[in-house]
Amino acid sequence: MTRSARSRSVTLNALIVGFLAFWLLLAIFPFFWTLWGSFKVEGDFFSKATWQNAVFGPLTLLEHGSAFTGAGYRGAWIQEEFWRSALNSLAVVVCVVVFSLSIGTLGGYALSRSTYRYAFWLLLIALVFRAMPPITLVSGYLLPFYQWNLWGHLPTAIVVLVAINQPFTLWMLTSFFRNIPKDLDESARVDGCTQFQAFRHVIIPVMWPGVITTGLFSFLLAYNDFVVTAMLLSKQNQTMIPKIASFLGTTQTEGNVMFAVSSVVSVTAPLFLLVMFFQRQIVSGLTAGAVKG
Amino acid sequence: MRHATFLRFFLPTAIAMLLFIAMPIVSVVVQSVYAPHDRVVIEVENCTPFGCTKSTAIDQAATQKLRDENPLGRFVGGTIYVDRSHLAFAEVAEAWRQSATAGDFAARLMNLPFYKALAFTLTYLVFVTPLSILLGLLVALAVNAIPRILRGPTIFFSLLPMIVTPLIGALILFWMVDSRGIIGAAVQWLANDPDLSLKASTPLTWVMLIVYGTWSTAPFAFVVYYAGLQTVPQDTIESAMLDGASRWHRLRYVVLPHLMPLTTFMFLIKIMDNFRVFEPIVSFNAGAHAQSLSYFIYSDLGGETRLLSSAAATSVLTVAGVLVLLSPVLVRTWRQFGKA
Repeated sequence: MTRSARSRSVTLNALIVGFLAFWLLLAIFPFFWTLWGSFKVEGDFFSKATWQNAVFGPLTLLEHGSAFTGAGYRGAWIQEEFWRSALNSLAVVVCVVVFSLSIGTLGGYALSRSTYRYAFWLLLIALVFRAMPPITLVSGYLLPFYQWNLWGHLPTAIVVLVAINQPFTLWMLTSFFRNIPKDLDESARVDGCTQFQAFRHVIIPVMWPGVITTGLFSFLLAYNDFVVTAMLLSKQNQTMIPKIASFLGTTQTEGNVMFAVSSVVSVTAPLFLLVMFFQRQIVSGLTAGAVKG
Repeated sequence: MRHATFLRFFLPTAIAMLLFIAMPIVSVVVQSVYAPHDRVVIEVENCTPFGCTKSTAIDQAATQKLRDENPLGRFVGGTIYVDRSHLAFAEVAEAWRQSATAGDFAARLMNLPFYKALAFTLTYLVFVTPLSILLGLLVALAVNAIPRILRGPTIFFSLLPMIVTPLIGALILFWMVDSRGIIGAAVQWLANDPDLSLKASTPLTWVMLIVYGTWSTAPFAFVVYYAGLQTVPQDTIESAMLDGASRWHRLRYVVLPHLMPLTTFMFLIKIMDNFRVFEPIVSFNAGAHAQSLSYFIYSDLGGETRLLSSAAATSVLTVAGVLVLLSPVLVRTWRQFGKA
């Protein structure tokens, strides 16, 4: 690699660096711009006069006496009770990750150790399920959930998200368990363990890297979900993403958009931290299925 | 693993998928062939000293009785599928007869909501899938060429557009392309047209959505290709260099063929994901100009009157679309399985 790097021409190097700089600008600038703008008033962030207003914030200075204001955050979190949605999101995310990993590890382990053909067919069915747009499933839930009075409650959304998450979890965990040598649990079986004891004492201690990676993606699915939570939760049980959408839906009163901008920043911040700490796991998870083919 | 043990391990996840994925599909199929009951209307005569007036009223008791007897509604068979909001065979035939040219026919087809949604979904799919894969490949090749120490931060920043919630990523871009936002203002300045609004024009809305789609899905292609580039056999590269292959030839004949299986895999995943494009349309508030199939179902479900039957019929058609898209994979797997 180093040799080819040395032999690269100056033009090509400049081209590569220029292209990457352009891509990075494209990737980061929107986030930075929104973070900066979330501390302004609406007249500055959406300025008819000049874009420089969003940078220096003359109207913010006029209204709040400083070029930065937390008014958007205060309005969203306290006045509009965004904290309630944040708690709902926390409950949904934690439950979805725990439940989908618990039943997913059992199922994925079984699929990875079964030598029969139906294991293959089950994975194929899971692939088809994975391809179903969630909104088509939601339109199937609504009528029965209304009739059985299940609509609007957090547990309902949690169970639905766990189920929708299963096909992906199964695929990922099956491929992780296939990488754990079969000899491990087979030798435990020879020593007299039942299959479950072998799983409990031999597989569980070594499965955590794969489970953590899969858990990250379950987390993202639950945290980012809009379709299920928007359609199946009542207003007081709303999670963060539908709540933000409702900021936009209500009549555009002054400052309401800034509530949405500040809550968008609030929702994005945990994702930043997540990528920062778990970058390696996320990359390995994304490539797990792909690189092996 | 024996069957009984397998079942015990697999049962919880099987029940979850059966109840909440397989059953809803059955449920939408059933819902799509029933329509809600009409209200039972009775004529009431109101007599006052000044004479009698006739008015119609809803017979609540009779309506309720009808609903209780048959909660699904009245059976209508396939009529919802062929009505104006869905496959609209009658309207399509009519348009075919009346239109002189193919363009005219297409324009008439675009007035039918289902075909409009299908057209946008497929356009989005056809543009975003290759564009995001191509952009991802270019970024991966570029990152692979910079010093190792810079790669970590580059990967971190490149992941962000993909990790962020789709609704939110789209909102962030939407605010920037607002005519009062930075990109919107820049476009107005470039086009020298102070009234230009990206949101008001259908073609520009489609372009915006496609740009958003490419922006948000390119990182996935980048990460997969970057991982693939780490496994390119170095001795093949070196022998190609000894044979005098230029940089372009090495890329064309060694690296790209090595990445080919990844490309197939990514096309499969991206086609599945792009077919269900939904959140950006909500964020861009673009329902008037661009509807995808998912958004079509969503707007049926979300309105004042919940059009469950209509949404169910569209859902069934969407599921059929997914199966058609997946059929090459399914058929190939079937063949391989037959050989094994």
